[in-house]
Amino acid sequence: MITTDTSGATPYSDTVGSHHPDTGSGSPDHTVQLLSPTGERITDAVYSARADHLDRAALEGLYRDMALTRRFDTEATSLQRQGELGLWPPCLGQEAAQVGSARALRPQDFVFPSYREHGVAWVRGVDMRQLLLLYRGREHGGWDARAHNYNVPTLVIGSHALHAAGYGMGIQRDGDVGTGDRDRDRAVVAYFGDGATSQGDVSEGMVFAAAVSAPVIFFCQNNQWAISVPAAKQSRIPLVHRGEGFGIPSVRVDGNDVIACYAVMAEALERAHSGGGPTFIEAVTYRMGAHTTSDDPTRYRSRAEEEHWRQRDPLARLRTHLESIGTGEDFFTALEAEAEQLGEDARSYCRALDKPDAESMFDHVYATPHSQIERDRAWFRDYQASFEDGVAR
Amino acid sequence: MTTQPTLERVAMAKAINLGLRRAMERDSKVMLMGEDIGPLGGVFRVTDALQKDFGDARVVDTPLAESGIVGAAIGLAFAGYRPVCEIQFDGFIFPAFDQITTQLAKVHYRSGGRVEMPIVIRVPYGGGIGAVEHHSESPEALFAHTAGLRVVTPSTPSEAFTMIQQAIASPDPVLFFEPKARYWDKEEIDTHADDAALGLIEGPDGVAPGVAGLERARVLTSGTDVTVAAYGPTVRTALTAARVAGEEGRSLEVIDLRSISPLDIDTVATSVTKTGRLVVVHEAPTFFGAGAELAAAVTERCFYSMQAPVLRVGGFHTPYPVANIEEEYLPSLDRVLDAVDATLGY
Ligand SMILES: Cc1ncc(C[n+]2csc(CCOP(=O)(O)OP(=O)(O)O)c2C)c(N)n1
Repeated sequence: MITTDTSGATPYSDTVGSHHPDTGSGSPDHTVQLLSPTGERITDAVYSARADHLDRAALEGLYRDMALTRRFDTEATSLQRQGELGLWPPCLGQEAAQVGSARALRPQDFVFPSYREHGVAWVRGVDMRQLLLLYRGREHGGWDARAHNYNVPTLVIGSHALHAAGYGMGIQRDGDVGTGDRDRDRAVVAYFGDGATSQGDVSEGMVFAAAVSAPVIFFCQNNQWAISVPAAKQSRIPLVHRGEGFGIPSVRVDGNDVIACYAVMAEALERAHSGGGPTFIEAVTYRMGAHTTSDDPTRYRSRAEEEHWRQRDPLARLRTHLESIGTGEDFFTALEAEAEQLGEDARSYCRALDKPDAESMFDHVYATPHSQIERDRAWFRDYQASFEDGVAR
Repeated sequence: MTTQPTLERVAMAKAINLGLRRAMERDSKVMLMGEDIGPLGGVFRVTDALQKDFGDARVVDTPLAESGIVGAAIGLAFAGYRPVCEIQFDGFIFPAFDQITTQLAKVHYRSGGRVEMPIVIRVPYGGGIGAVEHHSESPEALFAHTAGLRVVTPSTPSEAFTMIQQAIASPDPVLFFEPKARYWDKEEIDTHADDAALGLIEGPDGVAPGVAGLERARVLTSGTDVTVAAYGPTVRTALTAARVAGEEGRSLEVIDLRSISPLDIDTVATSVTKTGRLVVVHEAPTFFGAGAELAAAVTERCFYSMQAPVLRVGGFHTPYPVANIEEEYLPSLDRVLDAVDATLGY
């Protein structure tokens, strides 16, 4: 183990320039890091204690989560290329931020994701294949949010920050904060990107959560880009200071360090669960792939930048560390086989998906009968039947 | 002054790009703002290379906030600029709905006519591209229902080229709905058409530049049996219907409405007085849609010439469905022909 100050000043690690001195761990201008890019454990005065209990088996578990997420994500990208999906937003490069933070959650905590949180979905126990339904254009959602305490994606940037604030208000009214009962206290997390911080809804979400000290964690993955717009265009100050401005305790973490992401989330959850109110987390990471399969990053960013971040790959660094503490080749080999199977399952599931019944478009618009829906449905049914009867042209 | 036509065969996205370019060359106060419109050139490449050529003060990659885009555009208009805003997709205009309806639409009224809001809001809209939620909607009626806004939509590259310049010249705010499924349709356009040809000169009756050309519907095929009024993405479907019906001996008069607010009732009423029948086609839900307004207005004007009730072909009263079944939702050629048959059955 080495002890070092790891604000990690590199040309790309924090595109939003810091004007504040890093006064060490516990200051928002410090980037929490517990595993260096070269795979060495780092001691942090505040956060090490949150992760010290992660033994080799636990770290292997985190690695497995990340590796399977990546395998699935890669499979989905190729399924899009093969025409099986309309679109796919890859989470490549963001596995540590997602898996680390999500592994700190308790089952009763609720998550409002945006559209790229495949690693969080995995940890929450969503059947990954169901993630494909939305991007195949077969369903707008894909699973039961309440079954996994993990909502379906919100595609309107930033909207769900307010939903998280409101969910947190609900938890407060249920009396599920500050009871000290591990299985009762609950919190809610909104995951969003650097671009989303510019949306009014995200600011309003923080205003609301702060106003009533709601148990909400605003987890911002600063992956440096909002499609083609760099994070620096969204904010003149490090994003972590956005939280501070609302009076919300805030922390910046190396988003490619799965252990640190786990630790900062654990701390934020403890604050929320115990009645201490919201936390804002900026996880500094990188979207290694395109924004979506429709995007062409060569139009707006350099190969050198991509290469720089490839050197900081979240999986590589944990693998190096695992190897240094004795994880054997057989672990990685077995994991590869498991990942292959996951990819294979996703592929065959996706290819076998049929088209939904067209009349299902009228289902669930309202919870109760609505005469306009029924008129439209009846018209549609007659119209479809006219083809079967051979009456229509 | 007449110039030689310089014909170039371009896709609609490129035609709008060329129109924006002409407008920016014509008036240094014209500026563009939106998400990803700079180096990326917009997700549909409509603003391709414009930032490179006009600089980042005139082509602004904004922070990710639609309310911010339109609200800031209003401030810029107060300061004498003519902002053209890009909303990335139809479904993402709603964070800006407050700014558009409570402010943009009402500044001129509130100011007693002293302050104009020459702002254009470009919105790729409509379905048929296999997209996920919020990327295929047709929200034009929501804006047409709001007094103070002009709402227009081109159907072809040459129309798009002309209309975007007219919209920018308009002293009123214009919601400019671009049928995204037609972005790749190609047509020859006269890229050097002069201002008179483009309808950018103030009319003899004092009509502001751009406005007269913007609000006129166009009769595309002359016919005698049924009038088919369409706009934006459905114009091509209506034209195909006219061809197919023609082969079966039915004569359709296809009208491209072009403007939803105002509606060119005169042009449609003249046609319906002749044909006695009207079918309106749009992708948006028919319930409280543009077709409902047109049906009522035409019935008021043409009641004694009408042989059949006005029929509407459009979306259902559902959210836009998943892409797998959007073809069943969209007004297809079959549905248009069915409606034509039905109206002839009266
Ligand atoms: C309200 C709204 N406006 C625009 C878009 C189109 N859009 C989709 S993703 C995106 C960029 C989001 O960037 P960021 O918040 O940084 O998240 P990331 O995609 O990088 O994970 C934009 C502009 C949208 N989905 N919603």
